[in-house]
Amino acid sequence: MEHIIKNGFVYCPQNGVDGEKMDICIKDGKIVEQVSSDANVIDASGQIVMPGGIDPHTHIAGAKVNVGRMYRPEDSKRDVEAGQSGGRAGSGFSVPSTFMTGQRYAQMGYTTAMEAAMPPLLARHTHEEFHDTPIIDHAAYPLFGNNWFVMEYLKDGDIDGCAAYASWLLKATKGYTIKIVNPGGTEAWAWGGNVHGIHDPTPYFDIESFDIIRGLAEVNEMLGLPHAIHLHCNDLGHPGNFETTLASFDVPKGIKANPQTGSRDAVLYATHVQFHSYGGTSWRDVVSEAPTVADYINKNDHIVFDVGQVTLDETTTMTADGPMEFDLHSLNGLKWANCDVELETGSGLVPFIYAARAPVPALQWAVGMELFLLTKDAAKVCLTTDSPNAGPFTRYPRVISWLMSNKARKDLIDGELHKWAQRKSTIATIDREYSFLEIAQITRSTPAKVLGLSDTKGHLGVGADADVAIYNFNPETQDPSADYRTLESAMQHAAYVFKDGQIVVKDGAVTNPTLRGRSYWVDTSVDETIYNEVVANVEKTFKQFYSVNFANYPVQDEYLPHSAPIKGVMQ
Amino acid sequence: MELVKNVVCPFCGTLCDDIICKVEGDEIVGTINACRIGHSKFVHTEGAMRWKQPQVRDENGELVATTYEEAIERAAQVLAKSKRPLMYGWSCTDCDAQAAGMALAENTKAIVDNTASVCHGPSVLALQDVGYPICTFGEVKNRADVVVYWGCNPMHAHPRHLSRHVFARGFFRERGRSDRTLIVVDPRESDSSKLADIHIQVGYNQDYELLDAMRAAMMGHEILYDEVAGVPKEDIKAVVEVLKKAQFGILFFGMGITHSRGKHRNIDTAIMMVQDLNNFGKFTLIPMRGHYNVTGFNQVATWESGYPYCIDFATGIPRYNPGETGSNDLLQSREADAMMVIASDPGAHFPQKSLRRMAEIPVIAIEPHRTPTTELADVILPPAIVGMETDGTAYRMEGVPIRMRKVVNSDLLSDREILEKLMKRVMEIKTASK
Amino acid sequence: MITLTPKEQPEVPLEIDTITPDALAGKTLDEIKNIPIWHGNGQVPLIDFFEVEGEAGATAAETKILIDGDVSQTKRIGQGMTAGEITVKGSVNNYVGAEMEGGLITVEGDAKGWAGQNMKGGELEILGDAGDYVGASYRGDWRGMSGGKITIHGNAKSEIAEYMNGGKLIVKGDVSIMPGIHMNNGVLIIEGNVIARAGGEMAGGTIVIKGIIDEFLAGFEYLGVEKDIEVEGEVIPGAFYKFKGDYAIKGASGIIYAAVAGNAHIAP
Repeated sequence: MEHIIKNGFVYCPQNGVDGEKMDICIKDGKIVEQVSSDANVIDASGQIVMPGGIDPHTHIAGAKVNVGRMYRPEDSKRDVEAGQSGGRAGSGFSVPSTFMTGQRYAQMGYTTAMEAAMPPLLARHTHEEFHDTPIIDHAAYPLFGNNWFVMEYLKDGDIDGCAAYASWLLKATKGYTIKIVNPGGTEAWAWGGNVHGIHDPTPYFDIESFDIIRGLAEVNEMLGLPHAIHLHCNDLGHPGNFETTLASFDVPKGIKANPQTGSRDAVLYATHVQFHSYGGTSWRDVVSEAPTVADYINKNDHIVFDVGQVTLDETTTMTADGPMEFDLHSLNGLKWANCDVELETGSGLVPFIYAARAPVPALQWAVGMELFLLTKDAAKVCLTTDSPNAGPFTRYPRVISWLMSNKARKDLIDGELHKWAQRKSTIATIDREYSFLEIAQITRSTPAKVLGLSDTKGHLGVGADADVAIYNFNPETQDPSADYRTLESAMQHAAYVFKDGQIVVKDGAVTNPTLRGRSYWVDTSVDETIYNEVVANVEKTFKQFYSVNFANYPVQDEYLPHSAPIKGVMQ
Repeated sequence: MELVKNVVCPFCGTLCDDIICKVEGDEIVGTINACRIGHSKFVHTEGAMRWKQPQVRDENGELVATTYEEAIERAAQVLAKSKRPLMYGWSCTDCDAQAAGMALAENTKAIVDNTASVCHGPSVLALQDVGYPICTFGEVKNRADVVVYWGCNPMHAHPRHLSRHVFARGFFRERGRSDRTLIVVDPRESDSSKLADIHIQVGYNQDYELLDAMRAAMMGHEILYDEVAGVPKEDIKAVVEVLKKAQFGILFFGMGITHSRGKHRNIDTAIMMVQDLNNFGKFTLIPMRGHYNVTGFNQVATWESGYPYCIDFATGIPRYNPGETGSNDLLQSREADAMMVIASDPGAHFPQKSLRRMAEIPVIAIEPHRTPTTELADVILPPAIVGMETDGTAYRMEGVPIRMRKVVNSDLLSDREILEKLMKRVMEIKTASK
Repeated sequence: MITLTPKEQPEVPLEIDTITPDALAGKTLDEIKNIPIWHGNGQVPLIDFFEVEGEAGATAAETKILIDGDVSQTKRIGQGMTAGEITVKGSVNNYVGAEMEGGLITVEGDAKGWAGQNMKGGELEILGDAGDYVGASYRGDWRGMSGGKITIHGNAKSEIAEYMNGGKLIVKGDVSIMPGIHMNNGVLIIEGNVIARAGGEMAGGTIVIKGIIDEFLAGFEYLGVEKDIEVEGEVIPGAFYKFKGDYAIKGASGIIYAAVAGNAHIAP
């Protein structure tokens, strides 16, 4: 099938296209140089054309996401939809059900999304949920930062053993990334405790977060993974935590990026940094330290980050940072769920209301905005809301409107937003407005590159997957700053969305809900002798301490009907 | 004879996956490691009658053997016409079948509900109000020094539970049982309470009262009465101290509190107590789910619709209200006008008033054996048995997903295949009638 | 006034949340007859199950609806209404007055479950008995009824005023178990008897029980006897045992007044 998208304003940062009027040609699922006269013509005059959006960090599939759905029928009742065009019904405002998740991403012009946290023992669950998630390409990040094997290998200084184990675990779980959450802290939480800062050793295993981060960063480059280590720092949400954050950022500095695929050059991906940029010592004297954090990012090239922007909604927090969630429950008294996973990790959930009129949420909103606006290079920032932690992913268009419109921010700041936003941050003094090119960077080219997928994703050059979004907004005649509500609307419901060259959304409605995307995962190989030794050690440990049989643990091929392995070879 | 290893037992929510099956030809003739109940499922209990062919009831009420096509035609006609069809059961089949069932329910605008409705439904209602602090089994084995079984008798209902989690040696509990304090709360003496270090004989239907007093004591308040639920005040305070001092405590609970007076509120207050105990040490809980994949249905239903059971698709969007959209609610209020039963036996377990309605309405049973349910059925569709004759995912009681194995062959269609054929035929009938 | 006379009511219930004063205001008789209502998994026009006569008002506040007969098979009467009146000369099924924000509903017969669920304002009166969950919250929501007034003249069942956040609920008859469970605010008055667990896990609000309580929770603190108590500006005469709790909940400050007469067994 051939399509030609004519006359749109194209934004493709990777190929240096900044709003030029040009045609985009699609054939057999790819972007091509030209098509025949038989091609289906899409008239995109007066409209914006971008590559399909990429979400590098969201919680949409797996055990704790499903607890979020199950334990919040009141969140489900708030937002329900019937099936359309042969698709399925669904519900959920902050934690949409799976059919709704894929559909709502597609409606916004997003075509790839990454599940940010997958407990290895429960990996099967994540992959099963992806079976029921329409359209989007996806991958999942297995959790490594509190894993008994990882901690023991690194404590012993056995980096080769750790790399072999990581290679095995990524294969066994069909995972994509070395994800690290509150390193050492979630293991401490299995005893009801936590760790503070990066030099606080975790009980029994006696290893510091510093060593976990450093060791895994080395392992990541030894395996040549497409993405960098993906780090959720210690001390999330605590006033004064910016110091831990900057110390963490320094840990992998100096390690050289060595991806076997793609063109990543960062060695650290730091996630939802908004939650990690607080100063002060308590909730009374807390202030924003976003300028300090942004300054560090501006001065350092080894790091890419995402913001985790607060959207000022009632939402559901869910993270592998178990102790943090218990603290949050102690603070707001709302229903708390938790799941500690043997030898591996944990998780927690608590609903949260980020009311604009409340002081702390208003400040959190400002911190996120500062991080976006004070980071000079959009090649270092990704747009996320750590969905649903700071807000649901369906609010991305709203976040975009705040970034592109100083007026939108002012209306909020002068309106219902609590004065702490102005008093405890610099947000009211910033009038920078993102351009469409920069928006395309933070939602397309920057995530594609740091994920190692920039050969085929995040751009509209020849050879890219034909994932294309067309928005009904005219950058020549409409002003995103003045008409920010129109902008938000246009980006909420795209005029057209293509996935691998097929139309999946037309006039904001999903047309092809039975389509399913690819499951990316990494298939690395290491030295065979070390690998076999490690696997034998793992099998022995299973017999003694796991509650499932070793043979039943790895995710079987049946769970990835659209398997897209990325191969890597260890040096 | 062949030995098939790493087989996953398709009986209870403990979902043991270390079973070895002894196979001769297409028959499982023995097992190793399975408990008596699991073993009896694998080798087919004496006296169990297996349907070898689909059946439909004729005008005289007699069952006549027929083809899948015929039986599916009969079933599809019923579902296509029904104004309030109920699709119940689901707990003894795999997740792909459950997903096929969700699609069928949505397309026939039915209510779909599973055995939780008469089992741990109250636990679901409770976690929806107050939360759900759990852990996986390995955490219990490796860390727990205080283990509480409340309102359940694992020695009978989950036979290997104690040996796998309490008696077993763990990473931090190298001496196994002797490193742990075992507490059983049960009005009766049972084979489980006999093993306990502390047995609290709470008065019948007074678990909520006892928990309320325990929680107040934990918060540092005086207990209002000298005795609560038949337990002296001082004993209540003593057991609260044991719980507070736990390094890692675990509460396992079952029908003794989900189905005694107060139901979900008993669970609600127990969950909140466990949550608050985390201000002292570390405490978690796990519901003792019965069927091996009751949890799986709740998972699939939740990620697909947003609700875990009692899902009403009548208006095209999912709606949820146990007490109104639960199977027994719909049968006793006589709202349900047709019923499809799969992977469960309501004929044996539902109250009389519900069975009276089942006798009045058309009943389709997707069921391998002759059961009290199939006695009420107008159509019987026999499937291959998951975990023995076909594979698929099941979720253990605390949510760990394990793949059930196919151990022997069968000519019968799987549950999933039957449901897919059923849906295809129902959609054809509905489209034709438009 | 619009008069709806029920025709033969079906075994599979009807749902008429689309037939409120708000929905009918400004509509012609013909339009009203054709408003779709749910019957099981299909929609039918209102006229299929109700005779329709009369005239709607121009606004919701000016619109009155009379349901002239038994509607025990009809759910969601008055759901979400903001003004106007509905009178039912018979019994109703689930959700009467659920989520209502204003106006008045009078049911001369009995109500089934969830009467006045998540009510925000207005007035709901049931002259007969009610079922479970009167003035309660939706599953999972810690924010229940927040305003308005519900009066049950007969008996009610279990978990009434669950997660109540405001407003007033009066039951003139008896209740079963757990009235005021998880209550946070508001006033619950039970003139009849209670079996057990009044105010279970309540964090705030006031419960007044004038009848006999079979069993009382030990998580409460006894504060002595008070006479002629004042609740929301109104004086309730009589002698009452006063309790504070439920201390199972941290920082709880709920108050239960239990009539002294017949309740000596619950005072410590």
